[in-house]
Amino acid sequence: MDTSEDILQQASPDLVRGSDKARPAKAARLSPSFISWLQAGPMMLVFLAFFLIPLVFVVIVSFWDYNEYQLLPAFSGRGYTDTFEGCIAQLPDLCTIAKTYLKTLKLCFLVWAITLFIGFWVAYFLAFHVKSKTWQMGLSLLCTIPFWTSNVIRMIAWIPLLGRNGLVNSGLMKIGLVNQPVEWLLFSEFSVVLALVHLFTFFMVVPIFNSMIRIDKSLIEAAYDAGATGLQTLLNVIIPLAKPGIVIGSIFVITIVMGDFITIGVMGGQQIAAAGKIIETRVNALQFPAAAANAVILLVITFLIITMMSRIVDIKKEL
Amino acid sequence: MKEGRPRSFYVLAIFFAAYVLFLYGPMIAIYVLSFQGPQGGLTFPMNGVSTYWLAKLFQGTGIIDLGASFRRSLLLGVIVMAITVVLSVAAGMAFRRKFRAQSILFYSAIASLIVPSIITSLGISLEFRIIDDLIKAHWNENFETSMGLLTSGLGAHLTWTLPFGLLIMFAIFNRFDPRLEEAARDLGATPWQAFRHVVLPIILPSVIGIGLFGFTLSWDELARSSQAIGAVNTLPLDLQGLTTTVTNPDIYALGTIISAVSFAVITLALGTIHMLNKRQAAKGSDAGKGLV
Repeated sequence: MDTSEDILQQASPDLVRGSDKARPAKAARLSPSFISWLQAGPMMLVFLAFFLIPLVFVVIVSFWDYNEYQLLPAFSGRGYTDTFEGCIAQLPDLCTIAKTYLKTLKLCFLVWAITLFIGFWVAYFLAFHVKSKTWQMGLSLLCTIPFWTSNVIRMIAWIPLLGRNGLVNSGLMKIGLVNQPVEWLLFSEFSVVLALVHLFTFFMVVPIFNSMIRIDKSLIEAAYDAGATGLQTLLNVIIPLAKPGIVIGSIFVITIVMGDFITIGVMGGQQIAAAGKIIETRVNALQFPAAAANAVILLVITFLIITMMSRIVDIKKEL
Repeated sequence: MKEGRPRSFYVLAIFFAAYVLFLYGPMIAIYVLSFQGPQGGLTFPMNGVSTYWLAKLFQGTGIIDLGASFRRSLLLGVIVMAITVVLSVAAGMAFRRKFRAQSILFYSAIASLIVPSIITSLGISLEFRIIDDLIKAHWNENFETSMGLLTSGLGAHLTWTLPFGLLIMFAIFNRFDPRLEEAARDLGATPWQAFRHVVLPIILPSVIGIGLFGFTLSWDELARSSQAIGAVNTLPLDLQGLTTTVTNPDIYALGTIISAVSFAVITLALGTIHMLNKRQAAKGSDAGKGLV
């Protein structure tokens, strides 16, 4: 078989790199870069067909025209002008669309701050206080399992607790704290934030835990030996070293909440508008260019937030 | 460090316990309430205990055919799981070597994970609508739609499960000792033999983990399905539909059943992983133990 020799000689320098060094010439029938393409190609095709091309379509369609029942492939800014209808005329009062985006940002910030607080301390407990590996695994599994069950169920699970006749209200009435049921517990901003925190703290715990577990414990001991207080160690050693996890977790939580329309819909009793909800409403009205225009706006906002965050840390390096 | 547990341990232990209670408490309430008596309502107190609402689901409630969406979700979940496992392992192997387009694939996966689901979902739906229009204009005027469970729906789910699969593969190969593979090659194994008999047995527990992620992520997926699934519904979509009209505990019964399937899959997968790890520990290495 002299062909394999030839291929080996022609092959890219990749062949002699890393673990391939020891490969006998006989095995090298296909060039390594061709094998890589075969291996990674199918996944790339899926992302191309169902993620990258669709994204391009979102941008293109956002500039198309439309009427009551169909898309018209002609350039138009109508998707955007319909979205911002009357916004300039109304100034200095904010129009509905601006209010909606501000509300989304506000919900996003609240959920981010709360999940960060909970996620940090839960991860801290697991990483630094739980000494046995078995316990560490068991307890992190305990936090992970709810993530594997349906989000809608975890949402509606709050209804029997927070409703007018729910456990919380009947409890409060029984101990005489209130005379009539508290109305704002359910179908309110409160219940939306509560459900979002409940659903997505997981995305904060895992990355923070991952970066904390990699911190060399001797660094912390060194800090103590050098006379640092617990707070000083936390601020000057642990937080800087856990920063990648904090940033990755934050990116997850922020992008999920920015695009969410299901939790906000269900827990807000369909009364609270959010960026994702606008897109859904426009789609249901078959106004695809307007939906796409809102998707582009949402994408730009999300992208800006992520760029800001990834300036703090190189995401690729941390994975 | 000091002997014994610092005070912060107890504070954080209580915090952790409260978090776990917060995670599980509401879900347990749902499971309990799905066993309401026939006269029971949506909230506590329980009005008797029965399996009335669970049984009612299987009789069909009339408005929606839950049996059909159950089978659809199951079918889609299994297919997504299989594709996710195969493509993630293959791509994971590719990433052990440098190749061109490596960073394009990496950033596509990360972007797919963090671009809000509604945008991906909308994009897929637009893509298929445009394909439909093209087919209608050029080939077949009576063509209905190319959107469906196993076309646009499958694609939408894969954009969610594949990034997780790829990240898990990165984690596996970060810990993988390439010398094992080199040894196999030195002994004359072909690349396929080295993969089949050396690499695969070692990574198998984590590969099952990828399958677990693939199935449960698809089984519970809602946001990406919402615009991209076509005319049919999956179980989570039916469940979401019920939330706006609900008056009976059958919604909790449905929730309990969806969770039960998730838990069954998790238990099965974790059990298999555990078994494989034990087998690996028992059979893995006999180095230094002398001849039998």
